Amino acid sequence: MGQLSHRSRPEARAALLFAFPALFTLAVFFFLPVLAAFVMSLSDFDVYSLADFRRARFVLFGNYARLFHDPLFWKATLNTLYFVAVAGPVTILLALACSLLLNSERLRGAQFFRLAVFLPVVTNMVAVAIVWRYLYHPHFGLINYGLRILGLQPVDWLGDPRLAMPAIIVLAVWKNFGYHTLIFLAGLQTIPEDLYHAARIDGASWLQQQIHVTLPQLSRTVGFVALLTAIGYLQLFAEPYVMTQGGPLNATLSLVLYLYQQGFRWWRMGYSASIAFVLFALMLVAGSAQFLLRRAERL
Amino acid sequence: MRGRRWKKGLLSAALHLAAALLALWSCFPFLWMLSASAMHPGEASQFPPRLVPESPTLEHYRALMERLSVGRYFLNSLILAIGVSAVSLMVNSMAGFAFSKFSFRGKRALFSVLLSTMIIPGQVTMLPVFLLLKHLHLLNTYFGILVPGMASVLGIFLVKQYLDGLPDSLLEAARIDGAGNWAIYWRIVLPLARPILATLALFTFVGTWNDFLWPLVVMTREDMYTLPVALATLMGEHTPDVELMMTGSVLTVAPIVIVFLLLQRHYLRGIWMGGLRE
Repeated sequence: MGQLSHRSRPEARAALLFAFPALFTLAVFFFLPVLAAFVMSLSDFDVYSLADFRRARFVLFGNYARLFHDPLFWKATLNTLYFVAVAGPVTILLALACSLLLNSERLRGAQFFRLAVFLPVVTNMVAVAIVWRYLYHPHFGLINYGLRILGLQPVDWLGDPRLAMPAIIVLAVWKNFGYHTLIFLAGLQTIPEDLYHAARIDGASWLQQQIHVTLPQLSRTVGFVALLTAIGYLQLFAEPYVMTQGGPLNATLSLVLYLYQQGFRWWRMGYSASIAFVLFALMLVAGSAQFLLRRAERL
Repeated sequence: MRGRRWKKGLLSAALHLAAALLALWSCFPFLWMLSASAMHPGEASQFPPRLVPESPTLEHYRALMERLSVGRYFLNSLILAIGVSAVSLMVNSMAGFAFSKFSFRGKRALFSVLLSTMIIPGQVTMLPVFLLLKHLHLLNTYFGILVPGMASVLGIFLVKQYLDGLPDSLLEAARIDGAGNWAIYWRIVLPLARPILATLALFTFVGTWNDFLWPLVVMTREDMYTLPVALATLMGEHTPDVELMMTGSVLTVAPIVIVFLLLQRHYLRGIWMGGLRE
């Protein structure tokens, strides 16, 4: 690597000066808070400690032990995993299909369609969740009106504990699949045309070409996107906050929503910090699963 | 021969139909939001549902601005989005420059430490940073969002990556002409890095505008709400006022849609570059 000057000590000083604002900010608002959060998760920091930090006492792993016996925490964890396990694959499969469609040479105006599917991605989750809350309205909502036209019974989407989470999943898929579609489109454009040509000479049908050429060529992109999706979906918050407040019967209570309620509504900040570390652990599991899969693939 | 062409035409029609349905499903909620925002009170809550207003009205836009001080929330969101973008652009590009064009001991190790922290979710640091800001009396101030958002590891990484690809000869020439480090940064590095900086600024702007959880925690006084926080609060009080809520949603969504449509080239480049996200 070429460098600006060969006098090493002044150079190091100059580099540190340039990096200082960023390093200082990251240290104060990121590195130290991670440590502080862990210490907090070992304490009974609550509303009384908020006035005077000295009131907090160490409880070691007491918070984590309490989580283990907290049915609401388990409910939130299972809800979150349910959301990730369904919304994740559905988003990715839909995006794969869409990217194949939008990548077709015969499609005119592909640019317009790309922008259209990407529009939900850049818009605000709160605003969009409010719009969908009305679309899901049991009496006046357009979704139930559509069902009625098809001759089906209207349903109380956000009021039925069995349907509330699926309703949120549909919203999340709608909001996010455009992002995945664009990433897959970028991946599709890197696949050499020769491969398809060779497959066609071998008499492969369109579907066979997709299975034997596209999918293997795209597998790295899909793996990367799957990890990003899992990490993003584990942080489910705004949708239930706006649409259901975690209800009905806690059917849409997510881990981050529970963490927020414990920490910033009831000011049980020590307990809340321990939920944050469980969330972090789940993300690490997702990350290492992806890592192991990639290694297994290479073997 | 004829049958073949006919089949091809049919296939093409099906393709365009599928794409059109896809676009409609993506855009329909926005179209309905826009339409309902121009309806008279109660018009969006009838059966069968109306798709277009009978006589369009701007009364909800007026009500939000005059009665519910949405202008103030809009301003808060705008100040924060512009402020965070400008300051973080400066801080991240300086650090990216330091990590790309200088050599010092422990550089590689320091950079790997920075990168490895990208997996730590914001929800972990949220509680201590909240207490710190409370202690510094920065809750309910613009600084409460501006200061923690000043530096981002991803931003530093992207700038470094971009500068690594630029030849050092340009900088060397300036140095021989007697330019100091600051002059090199300001007059050579920043102009050269313009494409990546534009992309980064755009992502930061959109991300800050759309952020919800952190402003919800930091801004508890009503006059400091950002648009999404105000909207979520308004939802609690005005649930039956569909048309009013849709108007608030339009005001929150429209600026970003306009910015995105105008600068889509820069935005999409960020996506191609590998998973940039709000």
